[in-house]
Amino acid sequence: MATPLVVSEVAKSFTMHLRDGIQLPVVNGVSFSVRQGECVVLGGPSGVGKSSILKMLYGNYAVDAGQILIEHQGHLVDLATAAPRAVLEVRRDTLGYVSQFLRVVPRVSALDVVAEPLLARGVDQAVARERASALLAKLNLPHELWQLPPATFSGGEQQRVNIARGFITDHAILLLDEPTASLDAKNRRVVVEMIAAKKAEGVAVLGIFHDEEVRDAVADRILDVSAFSPRKAAA
Amino acid sequence: MSAVPLLKVNDVSKFYGSRIGCRNVSFELWPGEVLAIVGESGSGKTTLLSCLSTRLMPSSGIVEYHMRDGQYRDLARMGEAERRFLMRTDWGFVHQNPADGLRMTVSAGANVGERLMAVGDRHYGNIRATAADWLRRVEIEEDRIDDQPRAFSGGMRQRLQIARNLVTSPRLVFMDEPTGGLDVSVQARLLDLVRGLVHDLGLSAIIVTHDLAVARLLSHRMMVMKDGLVIEQGLTDRVLDDPREPYTQLLVSSILQV
Amino acid sequence: MTDLATYNFAYLDEQTKRMIRRAILKAISIPGYQVPFASREMPMPYGWGTGGVQVTAAILGPKDVLKVIDQGADDTTNAVSIRAFFQKVANVAVTTKTREATIIQTRHRIPEEALTAGQTLVYQVPIPEPLRFLEPRETETRKMHALEEYGLMHVKLYEDIARNGHIATTYAYPVKVEGRYVMDPSPTPKFDNPKMHMSEALQLFGAGREKRIYAVPPYTDVVSLDFEDHPFEIQHFDKPCALCGAEQVYLDEVVLDDKGGRMFVCSDTDHCEDRREHGHAGHLLAQQEAAE
Repeated sequence: MATPLVVSEVAKSFTMHLRDGIQLPVVNGVSFSVRQGECVVLGGPSGVGKSSILKMLYGNYAVDAGQILIEHQGHLVDLATAAPRAVLEVRRDTLGYVSQFLRVVPRVSALDVVAEPLLARGVDQAVARERASALLAKLNLPHELWQLPPATFSGGEQQRVNIARGFITDHAILLLDEPTASLDAKNRRVVVEMIAAKKAEGVAVLGIFHDEEVRDAVADRILDVSAFSPRKAAA
Repeated sequence: MSAVPLLKVNDVSKFYGSRIGCRNVSFELWPGEVLAIVGESGSGKTTLLSCLSTRLMPSSGIVEYHMRDGQYRDLARMGEAERRFLMRTDWGFVHQNPADGLRMTVSAGANVGERLMAVGDRHYGNIRATAADWLRRVEIEEDRIDDQPRAFSGGMRQRLQIARNLVTSPRLVFMDEPTGGLDVSVQARLLDLVRGLVHDLGLSAIIVTHDLAVARLLSHRMMVMKDGLVIEQGLTDRVLDDPREPYTQLLVSSILQV
Repeated sequence: MTDLATYNFAYLDEQTKRMIRRAILKAISIPGYQVPFASREMPMPYGWGTGGVQVTAAILGPKDVLKVIDQGADDTTNAVSIRAFFQKVANVAVTTKTREATIIQTRHRIPEEALTAGQTLVYQVPIPEPLRFLEPRETETRKMHALEEYGLMHVKLYEDIARNGHIATTYAYPVKVEGRYVMDPSPTPKFDNPKMHMSEALQLFGAGREKRIYAVPPYTDVVSLDFEDHPFEIQHFDKPCALCGAEQVYLDEVVLDDKGGRMFVCSDTDHCEDRREHGHAGHLLAQQEAAE
């Protein structure tokens, strides 16, 4: 079975120049891989670096050392060293991400926020909106909100828009940063179903889930991130 | 995605006497890419923009542009006639102050139509129809087509300036603080509009701004300048979420949270 | 004529004339291009034709026959004064007959009678730069001419149509000369523009205050700018001249009384008189004769 995501010996620390240049080590020696159709959940106490790993994988955080190998259109790209342009291309075609919070863009309707990743890939606008509508309906977002910009939505509503946006494409790898945190039980179950469907399509899923019920429902295995904690290594 | 860069900037420096405008700047801009140049006043970002857009000649270094015929041309060695032609067809320049980029005493329609007439369009009806279409795209009511920009609000003027620049389907647009001096609500509208147009038209753009929120919303990639040097560059998300240089960290930490 | 000795022939000194002739030669060589020249103070105010007078003075010879018109008329102040000026300082023959003149200095008209080879028409020009009203910077307009960037000229015509539904510019209507330079034909009515095209006569333009000379040599292409869907058109008049009955000529409106009475008559007075001498009569003249 193919392995579209391989992380090897990745290290990350922050240098806080505004606080006398102190070094904050985050993770060290991060190595794991995710296979097609597999859902790996990052585990461990909060502050251990789970979110930081996802952000490195998506290119939002720089990597100090190591490799992040992504299978992108038949060849391997090392996101740790890739040029911005290559990162954007990988994001567009291969790597999906549902962040903890929706970044709202003024004046863009919820429907168009969701449809955008498809438009970026050249899908016809009518088709993209139809797919977006189907997803928003599935996630029980009230129909009257679809044409409104999500800036004024509640946390749960924004999160559902964010999930729909992350799930609309057929990306081979999907990163999920606590997608169900602010959802009610009914919508959590919908998201669990959607993750299961992605797995069935062969998508490699890597996520952070604090909700045990959801975690147990979707995880094939749990990766304890405290194993990569530099503090532990030092101890 | 096209296989070659649109603009190649190699080791560009500009000195004003012994003072440094910008120093040793190199980068490539690819088709469809939006690059933000950020930094505070005096950091050299506007000097760099001027060097790239041929408004200033660099003291050293080369700026090459990928022409529509597939050839790279050194902008400094191009004849003035050709350079000016390039600037009003394949390029756009959006000034911070719309009055610098508009003809304030001719109508909105003529402001948009001027570039078309400059490239030889001689059919009044077609020029007017195209101008009306562009006004609609930048959300200016069509019945304002015969009004002069003097009668427009700041936000409308800026949108008109954008329409005037985009009417010839340029491939590269330079923007110097495009939202500077506008109310926040007006800024949001303009940003959304620019974002949409850049995406729909597949434009490449270089945007000078001191507003990191503008950079986040519009750009794929950013360069941070200080004292004439590019001190940090990379994917916009990366530079803003994980700034590495002391100055960038200071900039990012200085953003007011609402 | 004892006064004559106090002036050099045609008022200007020979060095100045040489300088102006050089500018004229250059202007003829580059049709439509504005040649700067060291315009002199003349014994008349700017706006009274100092540019035209200097050009005339530089080309005038003792055997020339001079005609001066102002808005087509030989008998208005400007025409009379300039004609008298050259009679006094050059002692040349003067005429009001278009076909007898070798040099015709004009303010704002081209005679109705076609000019012929060997004749020279000298225009008095107030503002030589056709791009000036839209682009105030001289450095920029020069560059635009040099690089043949004339889109702006059409912006002006566009504005006309947008405001009036048609090209409302009726005088100083811009032309392109020999396919290259855009030129302001001075404030002549656009009615006269077609006469400039392929004219047998030499046409010289002098702007005294702005210090520019330009020219249209004989047999030169002069095309009025326009749009495909709004082609160039000259003015049309519904009635013939009230005095001589001429059609297809440029008419002036003359108010006859304070009860709204008016007539339209030839702007070219010589043309009108000539026709009347040959027995043509307009409706007003016919009425008058019937009344007598």
